[in-house]
Amino acid sequence: MNLSQLVFGRLSWDALPLHVPILLGTFIAVAVLGVALLGAITHFRLWGTLWRDWFTSIDHKKIGIMYMVLGLVMLLRGFADALMMRLQQAMAFGDNAGYLPPEHYDQIFTAHGVIMIFFVAMPLVTGLMNYLVPLQIGARDVAFPFLNNFSFWMTTFGAVLVMASLFIGEFAKTGWLAYPPLSGIDYSPDVGVDYYIWALQIAGVGTLLSGVNLVATIVKMRAPGMNLMKMPVFTWTALCTNVLIVAAFPVLTAVLALLSLDRYAGTHFFTNDGGGNAMMYVNLIWIWGHPEVYILILPLFGAFSEIVPTFTGKRLFGYTSMVYATIVITILSYLVWLHHFFTMGSGASVNSFFGITTMIISIPTGAKIFNWLFTMYRGRIRFEVPMLWTLGFMTTFVIGGMTGVMLAVPPADFVLHNSLFLIAHFHNVIIGGVLFGLFAAINYWAPKALGFRLDPFWGKCSFWFWLVGFVLAFAPLYVLGFMGVTRRLSHFDDPSLQVWFVMALVGALLILCGIACMLIQFWVSWRRREQLRDVTGDPWDGRTLEWSTSSPPPDYNFAFTPRVHDTDAWYDMKRRGYERPTKGFTDIHMPKNTGAGFIIAALCALCGFALIWHMWLVAGVSFAAMLVAVIMHTFNYNRDFHIPAEDVTRTEDARTQALAAAHV
Amino acid sequence: MPAFRLLRRATVSASLLLTGCGTVIFNASGDVARQQGNLIVHSTLLMLLVIVPVLALTGFFAWRYRQSNRAATYKPEWDHSTQLELVIWIVPLLVIIALGAITWISTHTLDPYRPIERIEKGRSVAEGVEPLVIDVVALDWKWLFIYPEQGIATVNEAAAPVDRPIRFNITASSVMNSFFIPAVAGQIYAMPGMQTQLHAVVNEPGTYPGFSANYSGAGFSHMRFAFRGLDAAGFDQWVAQARSHSTPLDRPAYLQLEKPSENAPVAFYGQVDGSLFDAVVNRCVAPGTTCMDQTMMHDMHANGGAHDHAKK
Amino acid sequence: MSDLALPVVSPSGDRTAPFLARADHHPENGTLLGFWLYLMSDCLVFACLFATYGVLGRSYAGGAGGAQLFELPLVALNTSLLLLSSITYGFAMLEMQRRRVRATLVWLVITGLFGLGFLGVELYEFAHLIAEGHGPQRSAFLSSFFALVGTHGLHVTFGIVWLVTLMAQVGRHGLIAENRRRLACLSMFWHFLDVVWIGVFTFVYLMGVLP
Repeated sequence: MNLSQLVFGRLSWDALPLHVPILLGTFIAVAVLGVALLGAITHFRLWGTLWRDWFTSIDHKKIGIMYMVLGLVMLLRGFADALMMRLQQAMAFGDNAGYLPPEHYDQIFTAHGVIMIFFVAMPLVTGLMNYLVPLQIGARDVAFPFLNNFSFWMTTFGAVLVMASLFIGEFAKTGWLAYPPLSGIDYSPDVGVDYYIWALQIAGVGTLLSGVNLVATIVKMRAPGMNLMKMPVFTWTALCTNVLIVAAFPVLTAVLALLSLDRYAGTHFFTNDGGGNAMMYVNLIWIWGHPEVYILILPLFGAFSEIVPTFTGKRLFGYTSMVYATIVITILSYLVWLHHFFTMGSGASVNSFFGITTMIISIPTGAKIFNWLFTMYRGRIRFEVPMLWTLGFMTTFVIGGMTGVMLAVPPADFVLHNSLFLIAHFHNVIIGGVLFGLFAAINYWAPKALGFRLDPFWGKCSFWFWLVGFVLAFAPLYVLGFMGVTRRLSHFDDPSLQVWFVMALVGALLILCGIACMLIQFWVSWRRREQLRDVTGDPWDGRTLEWSTSSPPPDYNFAFTPRVHDTDAWYDMKRRGYERPTKGFTDIHMPKNTGAGFIIAALCALCGFALIWHMWLVAGVSFAAMLVAVIMHTFNYNRDFHIPAEDVTRTEDARTQALAAAHV
Repeated sequence: MPAFRLLRRATVSASLLLTGCGTVIFNASGDVARQQGNLIVHSTLLMLLVIVPVLALTGFFAWRYRQSNRAATYKPEWDHSTQLELVIWIVPLLVIIALGAITWISTHTLDPYRPIERIEKGRSVAEGVEPLVIDVVALDWKWLFIYPEQGIATVNEAAAPVDRPIRFNITASSVMNSFFIPAVAGQIYAMPGMQTQLHAVVNEPGTYPGFSANYSGAGFSHMRFAFRGLDAAGFDQWVAQARSHSTPLDRPAYLQLEKPSENAPVAFYGQVDGSLFDAVVNRCVAPGTTCMDQTMMHDMHANGGAHDHAKK
Repeated sequence: MSDLALPVVSPSGDRTAPFLARADHHPENGTLLGFWLYLMSDCLVFACLFATYGVLGRSYAGGAGGAQLFELPLVALNTSLLLLSSITYGFAMLEMQRRRVRATLVWLVITGLFGLGFLGVELYEFAHLIAEGHGPQRSAFLSSFFALVGTHGLHVTFGIVWLVTLMAQVGRHGLIAENRRRLACLSMFWHFLDVVWIGVFTFVYLMGVLP
């Protein structure tokens, strides 16, 4: 192997998709927008601020916001993929092959799934938990602030690798879980599956460390008096979610490592020959995969548990059973994984067992829905935007849950597995549950994070477009599933199906309007931020501790750590006439910003890129450099500082004045 | 009222769901698929017992307890009711117990590995009737059907006599696929180096679409075949017509067929090498390759002691 | 339920102090818990590798199995070196608790040397197997063997790198609280690898030579 091969591997100019018009056009658009963005940052001299105050920040609030930005940007990419798929499937009947050849279409549906789960839903959920948990438990930051920053950059660089596959090489053409033998080296010799593997491994490490971080935070850093049964429900769901992360992501790491050994080293874990067994992959990937979907939904169940009491002016019904339901769901999520492959030929007893455990999960889930319902009962409901999203969730999610239980009956699954019915089911629960929940949460907590509420008019527009669009996009898919249509097809022979696909395309276009309205909402809210400003820090008459801080909170969150006496700690403080301290502030111990997380993650990404392209020398050097960077970071013992009491006093005085002005 | 519109929307979706027009799942032509379709209907109705009240209550509460309705009772501190909790946990539990029982029973009776015991409701299989055996190979990206009893083979078209149990033995040549004829029975994965089984029966004459229900690569969208349910005479004619094609499906012909191709035309082979399917399952069609079952037998006895193989 | 009676919170009418912790409130340090959580996730990775070995461990693809390939005397040597290294790390921890920097470092060096010995024997075993044509590409059994044992060896390697780094840091800063925490984490890591190894030599080596 000569030096050129060691350095460049299989990377060559052929890797650029110059012959694919859609990609060429996309690249030009991205390049133009990218240059404009970088130019604007340079023009407004924002690089310093970006690096010092955001990229190197170990403040959970800044990191939380960055996660949200990442997730929302990737939502646009993932949704573009969805629109392209809907368009292809609405066109490609009979002689019309559509505008996407299979090689392209197959990458799009794979990328759509990977991006939506790993780079939209996970970052948004992680960002939410990162932002809120320390505030809700009365802490100043998470347990491991540097690790938090590092986790963010690992996730981001994973996303960068996926985006890079658009323009350098190609992405996997295997579906979002990349089953072997199709994803093995024999049937996918190109770089696509390697991009998949390394993007997920890098992002996966970030997520795992984030899980460790948040569990340790919740266990160790709660304010005095906040025992477990006095925690906000969102914090409970965050705890269970992060336990699931710690207990599930290692399986993903292991199984992807084995797949990469098959591809790089010629091993026989999942190959057709040499004694390999592809069914082992299917089992392992779903042992991760099922807890993953609960990782996505549980935090949003928590968010709803905060939103409903606030906008009904009433205590959450059944706090204790909510907590137990969450714990039961967490444990049960480990006992259902086989329902993803009832059709792989396990015997009837095995299939029944997993079918029944799957159904059992619907009991605690249903209990939660009832609890929200009975929180509304005899409340005073305000239909602010977060409450609208919540009602949208409650109506759509129960349908999705019902179709899930239908699929849990193995013989029913035999005719519905991998059909468009399945697609409709999981989009029903993910959009209705996770996405609606995220939009509810964003609208609810935006004033806290940004200092101003989001424009309600555009928020309501977005909601209605999303709700109607979602129904129109996915109800036809339920019907198509009953008509025996399977998933991942890029062409159809039966013209009678076309009307349903056209309906689905119209639904997707309505969702596009919903997304546009949301982007307009952000823009309008920024423009009108003085009118929408949250002066008091408690715009909704909230019940939990984050609403006791200013909007946005100071770097240190709380000048004095709160002492908690009840669930709904802030509500309790308010009704007892709590008065904010205005003097006696002391120095506050805080961690320092650092660029080490960014650098180490960037080196990991470089190593991943090099491994994808077989650039062995670059891979070796970047791996060694990453180790050196890690070791150098550990030699840094000077990681914190104190905010002087005068600065704290100044910040708190400013708030005192703002609060006084608000009451005039 | 936002709530009413939500409720209306939910009902529309629900009724779309229950539409039976053109939906093969609810209008199957094979007894197994029919039972599966009925199962879906029954389980849905059971669950609607809970879902409909939930949706109705959601709409009703959202409307009645809206802030502007000062007439409604407001109890901001009411957050617990043991009675209600019991109902909330027990009613769904009862529904799931019922569903669970249905699941256990139906999963066993509709197990793809279980031989057909009834032609259709009220008609059991006659004494001494042997199932028609069809060996299936999922190739890239077409379907090969071998009829060991009749000594013929076909590509992308299969047939069976109406009202006779069928046993499909299924494998794949390269990657995971799924063998699915929605009108006749549920699907089961087709996997290389492994054999799965599906038992089914077709009750109505007709031509039914079949395809792979697990994505397997570039030619996946065109990996379709026709499954024809024929009366006894019709089936004999179909077999005779296949036999009239002189091309034999021997090992070289199979190796040629195995090469990736899309949109493969329907083909017939009048003769089949009897050991071919077994060789396909065991991945030893090509000359010089060892059959997997032989390797596995060897492996089972291989570790019999340190003396077996001389260590260098 | 609340543990204070409404509405006034204290006889003096203080509406602030009951809701705030003491000014010098410091949350408990979460490093040991956090590291233990990470370690449990690592344990799961090993569990997956054990499971894979369990499923694929008898698929010899017509080649040699454990009975032909495993040299148990070598494994016994290996195991002793690793177990001894755990004991010596334990001594290092005892010296750390007595705040004796030099003694701590001496025991750490010995631990590292035992670890290197373990790795040396393992690398010899691997090289020998590969040279004989029994590399990870030969069969699913060998793939899962190399993956499981190799992953354990990789962990030991990183442990030794960490050990050397920590020795430099203890040498520079002494046994300050931060370094003591790090030594405690490495201690957990090292003993964990020991426990995994016990699983390995039981399920892989000892059971592997049985028919």
